[in-house]
Amino acid sequence: MKITFDWLKDHLKTNLKEKNLLEQLTNIGLEVESVESLSADNELFKVAEIIKTEKHPNADRLKVCDVNIGKNEIKKVVCGAANAKEGLLTIYALPGAIIPKTKTKLVVAKIRGVTSYGMLCSESELNLSNESDGITELTKDFKKNIGKSYFSKSKSNLIDLSITPNRPDCLGIRGIARDLAASGFGKLIDLKEKKIHSKNKHTLKVKINKEKGQGCTAFGSCLIKDVKNSESPKWLKDKLISIGQKPISAIVDITNYVMLDINRPLHAYDADKIEKGIIVRNSQSGEEFTALDNKNYKLESGMCVITDNKGVLGLGGIIGGTRSGTEFNTKNILLESAYFEPGSIRNTAKKLNLDTDAKFRFERGIDPLSIEEGLNKAAKLIKEICGGEISKIDIQKTETYKTKKITFDPNIFEKISGFKISFKEMIKILEGLGFEVKKDKKSFKLAIPAWRPDISQEVDIVEELLRISGYEKIKYIEPIKQRKKSTLNKFQKLFHFLQRSVASKGYLEAITWSFTDKRYNDYFRDTKKEIKIINPISSELGVLRNSIFSNLIMHINKNLDRGFKDLSVFEIGPSFYGSNPGEQNTVVCGLTVGKKSRLSWIEKDRNVDVFDVKRDVVQTLVEAGYDSQNFFIDNETPSYYHPGKSGRLFLDNVKNQIAAYFGEIHPNILKQIDMKTESVVGFEIFMENLKLPEKTLKDLKEKFSFSDYQKSERDFAFIVNKDVRAQDLIETISSVDESLIKDIRVFDVYEGENIPENQKSIAISVTIQSSERTLNENDLEKINDLIIKSVENKTGAKIRS
Amino acid sequence: MSDLKKIKDEFLLKLKGKLDISEINKIKSDLFGKSGLISTQFKKIGTIADSERKKFASDLNIIKNELQDSISSKINEVENVEINKKLEKEKIDITLPERSFVRGKIHPVSQTIDEISSIFSEIGFSVEEGPDVENEYNNFTALNTPENHPARDMHDTFYLDEKKHKLLRTHTSPVQIRTMLKDKPPFKIIAPGRTYRSDSDQTHSPMFHQVEGLHIDKNINMGHLKGCLNYFIKEFFEVDKIQMRFRPSHFPFTEPSAEVDIGYEMKGGKIVIGEGNRWLEILGCGMVHPNVLKNVKVDPAKFQGYAFGIGIDRLAMLKYGINDLRAFFDCDYRWLNHFGFDPLDVPTNYRGLSR
Repeated sequence: MKITFDWLKDHLKTNLKEKNLLEQLTNIGLEVESVESLSADNELFKVAEIIKTEKHPNADRLKVCDVNIGKNEIKKVVCGAANAKEGLLTIYALPGAIIPKTKTKLVVAKIRGVTSYGMLCSESELNLSNESDGITELTKDFKKNIGKSYFSKSKSNLIDLSITPNRPDCLGIRGIARDLAASGFGKLIDLKEKKIHSKNKHTLKVKINKEKGQGCTAFGSCLIKDVKNSESPKWLKDKLISIGQKPISAIVDITNYVMLDINRPLHAYDADKIEKGIIVRNSQSGEEFTALDNKNYKLESGMCVITDNKGVLGLGGIIGGTRSGTEFNTKNILLESAYFEPGSIRNTAKKLNLDTDAKFRFERGIDPLSIEEGLNKAAKLIKEICGGEISKIDIQKTETYKTKKITFDPNIFEKISGFKISFKEMIKILEGLGFEVKKDKKSFKLAIPAWRPDISQEVDIVEELLRISGYEKIKYIEPIKQRKKSTLNKFQKLFHFLQRSVASKGYLEAITWSFTDKRYNDYFRDTKKEIKIINPISSELGVLRNSIFSNLIMHINKNLDRGFKDLSVFEIGPSFYGSNPGEQNTVVCGLTVGKKSRLSWIEKDRNVDVFDVKRDVVQTLVEAGYDSQNFFIDNETPSYYHPGKSGRLFLDNVKNQIAAYFGEIHPNILKQIDMKTESVVGFEIFMENLKLPEKTLKDLKEKFSFSDYQKSERDFAFIVNKDVRAQDLIETISSVDESLIKDIRVFDVYEGENIPENQKSIAISVTIQSSERTLNENDLEKINDLIIKSVENKTGAKIRS
Repeated sequence: MSDLKKIKDEFLLKLKGKLDISEINKIKSDLFGKSGLISTQFKKIGTIADSERKKFASDLNIIKNELQDSISSKINEVENVEINKKLEKEKIDITLPERSFVRGKIHPVSQTIDEISSIFSEIGFSVEEGPDVENEYNNFTALNTPENHPARDMHDTFYLDEKKHKLLRTHTSPVQIRTMLKDKPPFKIIAPGRTYRSDSDQTHSPMFHQVEGLHIDKNINMGHLKGCLNYFIKEFFEVDKIQMRFRPSHFPFTEPSAEVDIGYEMKGGKIVIGEGNRWLEILGCGMVHPNVLKNVKVDPAKFQGYAFGIGIDRLAMLKYGINDLRAFFDCDYRWLNHFGFDPLDVPTNYRGLSR
């Protein structure tokens, strides 16, 4: 909501300065977004006329215009607007002007080889409206102003307020003045509008159809005959321009002025274009009309429309139609002042994707009792400026507004705010805001002003009292340092631990968006369902990620393009498997590319490989408290992993839930995304599948016991079929005698010469130690034999002699 | 006797000279070899008269020990010289680079979340979470933002179905609803997490982070809210004093509602929180609306309290001088390395948030 201090003073008597005003507005909840000085630059925007246009020699869409900027001065200006034509009156910005919308300073510049002195401005560039299609078109009346500044010399700054959606009353200058006055910032000027006393009959019949869901509950109107529509007088034009509005014609300007001044949207029809009478009704599906924005709208059923015998004239409370719009030659007008239900307005506007000043106000709730005041104020101004005869006012209603009343216990104020104000002070504030207050023994009986649809319960009154008396009065109560519940639960602790554990292994933590590019998502979707976003910000961000890999690999690729070679990143966060709340997993996903020890003088470089990520996964899980002796690993992995060089890890051999995947990323994917690096390996740890640790650190520390008896190391080399897994050999050996076998290590794997085809040799070192005695040669031989026998039996291995 | 002394003196003198290992070994065998000088003396013991034998044996042993000690210390000395000579040749260029060690980094948002959790932990808040995909009821309706409420326009929402029942949560406030439906009052929680709005430009990211706070009990008023936030801001920015301003605002789920500004100044192109006469909006808060409490079956006549929502990314930017919000999610290796934190820097209560 844009205001000026000058306009406020129409309603507010005050000696205070603008600086105090800005502070006070923010203090009472009418936040000042920006303050703009319009006057400084005003001189640099002039009314001008295009006297000649030529095609730009080097650009089809550009024109070179000769522009008359007054005092016989002609400037050449390059312009791209389609509507730039000879004879058009428009607004010319001189070099040096700061364009209000872009805040950029205009300079003399060559545009495709032709020098342009200044610029012809669109309404949107001047913040006059959202109209950015073409340059501003001024009416013929401006011809006499050529060379003069378009903006008037206002000393008052333009103040832009951010009005919260609960305060429709402050979408009018008077509402803001009322709030300020209640807070002690001046006195509200009484401006009771005198009623129109007319003997002229209102000859146009208005009817509101009684039907289900009718969005209009009251329709007030009057006829004004024999008007002469014209340009607005200077005071009115200046007023509108001072807050960034563009004057159009007296009748339109007056309705805008009344809307901005007292927040009463009105609509003026050319009464001669209305067939017989007005019928307010619900639209039928398929009805069409052309609105004042020159767009054709096709309506669904149940929208509140203002119609006549011929069809739709306008969408009630949102936008009028071209068929009955007022023009300079309009003679007789019907002035509408109605009440539309916020819900109905919002539904319709949303469906048609329409946003207008009237809609913005009606959907927030307009004072239902302002119908007559609006008609009085506007009709009188029209008569004053355009002449004509005003008829009696007619108000059709399907509902009568009843003043809302609530009982307020004034003690609640302290209970919520934590401080006290006197009852007297409360009554003063509430009356200042327009409440009628009756004080009982214990409570206030309050009548809520009709312009405050946001107030319905006691706590709303508390907010009003607090807001006006000042938030700075709220005390600081020091928080108590006491904890009754642990801050993190076990899952959160594990999350925190895994995050830092993976980071400690050389991975940089990334946070990427939860949505991603469908193309990348498809690479890593595997069998999961695609989850589309209905209204993505771009098609490249159209789906929720089914795997974190999609984003990580995309970003890693960008980093490779930046010239980085060896990268490790991880993210811990959601990956989605359904579109219902909760259908998401918390995944720790890591990705490593390139080499280890690249360009090292001391270490030999090598590609990162699956055993790097296997170490990171296993080590992270071990650090988190899981026993690696129980881990079970096989190679059934999703399609995005290399089918041979990837693994699936379970925390135990019950194999209920997959704890992690790790491995090389499928080479086909790397080819398709054109990833240029030596090697790409990654892992995923699924947090929901990790059994939360039941033991605390305290429980984990078992009794300390050790053996000082001599230990022996025995080495074995087995020849096995290629498909026999090391894990099977280790498990078999370990199960021979768990109390004696303390450690098993694979120290060599060999295929090739001297080993039959399809077989391999695995060399294993086993540490044997008893906790009861020193083992003699005989004992060791026995275990030796047992190990060989078990391995040979269970895996078909042969000991290598 | 004189024989023994002569041998001793002669060899001790020899051992003082410059010798190499083979020369020492020669001396050793000259003395203690099969027919060495000392060995032969030992053989003589049997032939000596009873009266003198004891003394002779004793003297001989002393001389033997003395000579042996002298030999081994000479060997030691010579060996040390040789080792030192060898080490002299082993000198390396110690300025060559060490073996590489790579530690990763924690993202500034994660670090900030841990800092926030640590601060609120101290004053008794526990951490709650909720899903990223929410239903329209939890995200809006239950929070006193019914359908067709213009406040819904304040949130540009991503939807997952045409009926607009399922969406990406636009704030962390639905965690309030989930928490209160699940448990009984009192409630004292914070809920950090990802939030989404279909807004994307230089200063807006379609995904960002918020932390929700909720404290519901008997007799919790706005003074508690002000005290809690004042404490948090001071702790978070690690300053002794801050300037804070509560300003009336509107959120459908709180009444009265406030926006909170903190004072700052610009020093050398960087924002300094605490002093100064400029205001920076950092959060929204208020007393939980009775309608919200009713929606989650908490009796507003008995319980009341406050809620707040803070932008985490924004806090991180202010504290660590990060200019560009979009860079948070861009995964630029240089940026992650620069703004990331060592995983060993865990913010804790006892050793403070940072070093």
